[in-house]
Amino acid sequence: MTATADAPVPMIRAERVCKSFGALQVLKGVSLEVARGEVLCLIGPSGSGKSTFLRCINHLEQVNAGRLYVDGQLVGYRQKGDKLYELHPREAARQRRDIGMVFQHFNLFPHRTALENIIEAPTQVKKVPKARALERGRELLARVGMADKADAYPAQLSGGQQQRVAIARALAMDPKLMLFDEPTSALDPELVGEVLTVMRELADSGMTMVVVTHEMGFAREVADQLVFMDGGVVVESGPPRKVLAEPEHERTKAFLSRLL
Amino acid sequence: MAATDDAARELWPEPIQAVPLRRPGRWIAATIILVLLGLFVYGAATNPAYKWDTYAKYLFDTRILAGAAVTLELTVLAMLIAIVLGTVLAVMRLSPNPVLRATAWVYLWVFRGTPVFVQLVFWGLFPSLYKQIVLGVPFGPSFVEFDVQSLQAAFAFAVIGLGLNEAAYMAEIVRAGINSVGEGQREASVALGMSWAQTMRRTVLPQAMRVIIPPTGNELIGMLKTTSLVTAIPLSTDLYGRARDIYGVNFQPIPLLLVTATWYLAITSVLMVGQYYLERHYSRGVSRQLTAKQLRALADAQKPDIAK
Repeated sequence: MTATADAPVPMIRAERVCKSFGALQVLKGVSLEVARGEVLCLIGPSGSGKSTFLRCINHLEQVNAGRLYVDGQLVGYRQKGDKLYELHPREAARQRRDIGMVFQHFNLFPHRTALENIIEAPTQVKKVPKARALERGRELLARVGMADKADAYPAQLSGGQQQRVAIARALAMDPKLMLFDEPTSALDPELVGEVLTVMRELADSGMTMVVVTHEMGFAREVADQLVFMDGGVVVESGPPRKVLAEPEHERTKAFLSRLL
Repeated sequence: MAATDDAARELWPEPIQAVPLRRPGRWIAATIILVLLGLFVYGAATNPAYKWDTYAKYLFDTRILAGAAVTLELTVLAMLIAIVLGTVLAVMRLSPNPVLRATAWVYLWVFRGTPVFVQLVFWGLFPSLYKQIVLGVPFGPSFVEFDVQSLQAAFAFAVIGLGLNEAAYMAEIVRAGINSVGEGQREASVALGMSWAQTMRRTVLPQAMRVIIPPTGNELIGMLKTTSLVTAIPLSTDLYGRARDIYGVNFQPIPLLLVTATWYLAITSVLMVGQYYLERHYSRGVSRQLTAKQLRALADAQKPDIAK
């Protein structure tokens, strides 16, 4: 992958990515591209491989076949000539540092306060001095509207508040790419809005985002590209308004009609 | 301030002051237990076979006190070895490295599969297997030499024997603790770029502590009593060994056993206090309940609302 002047390197480039767990093939050749600053929403029925694909992007799962590049760099492997070499865990960790991830079940560290959750990775992984990490942590908490909850433990926060802290925690590593794995699926309906608001602001600030979601309203308004996956392949993709309003494929139509 | 308080009082209804529910069952139970306890204490105090004068004479005997100190040292040192080695073994058993996994498994198999008494006898026979221990380069120069025949060696073997045996049990306790931490916690740490070691040290082990501490307290108290087996080494400077030496001479085992029981109980009580504080430390963030400090901050924030 070399960049040329007229075609900048995309943030994500997937070429026929395959992933199987034992005999079960979950991804059967997913190809797509995400440009810098673009927001891509992944939709599809459960078991379609959306989350697995997302987890491949930051190497939580290892790709079996095909190639996956983030920022022009091959994920999980090093290529020398024709041969691929597995990455040392240290190098894999280095790749992940620049990719933020937000989980369905938040996965905040329950033994640390909101602010401690946020400064954990910067101080431990990037060795940022604690005073500076704290200052930046408070800024990030303010940005997600949680400034007054800095000293609260996750168990004392509502689901929406926890997810906003989780977003701030991911942002603390200054990622170039943010992955969201069904960030609002575990939330009570009245809490979904506050998390989507934060994500919308993040998208407006120019962050490159890949969002696995069932929130069609969010996808329609915020996404630049909507990808519908089913059975481990990309069935249809394009501008969200077009895909949602006039889906071309039967499977997309069937899925959308079940949702609405 | 007074004006706002009055305003608040007008707004809020009177606090409820109900007559508390009577609980006669508790009083009856307490009376029965107290009567039974009184009868037992009276019986024990008036029974000459207990020899309370001998008990009083030996309770603070210097030999007994020195024995209690040795028992405490054995317990603490052996548990230190057990906790450190047990944690290492547990992490080895869960590590992605198959060599480390197998090694830890074999260690557990041997040390948990043989009686601690037999192990202690073996450690006592160690000097007849190896005359001296030399630390250094194999076939090269040596740095440190230990004489394994001395009395200090018997104490050291007791600590090592107890510690290595206990490590096998601690390893299983730590492993259970690590497994009790959800997969999502590891994923979140890894996704943030933390290494496997950082994830263990910063995320997994602190949360595992909550599960690890209560059974470890159990093991610690168990260890305190297991130290009485060091007679197998043989080592008789511990609490029970000293008491045995004394009643071997004056033929009054009952009061001396009561003396040792008193000291074992006293040390156990102190250890339980320590466990309470450790548990409290590692339960941070577990409860939704707010701390007193957080409640006060919230109440302060609420005050202007009431005044309105």
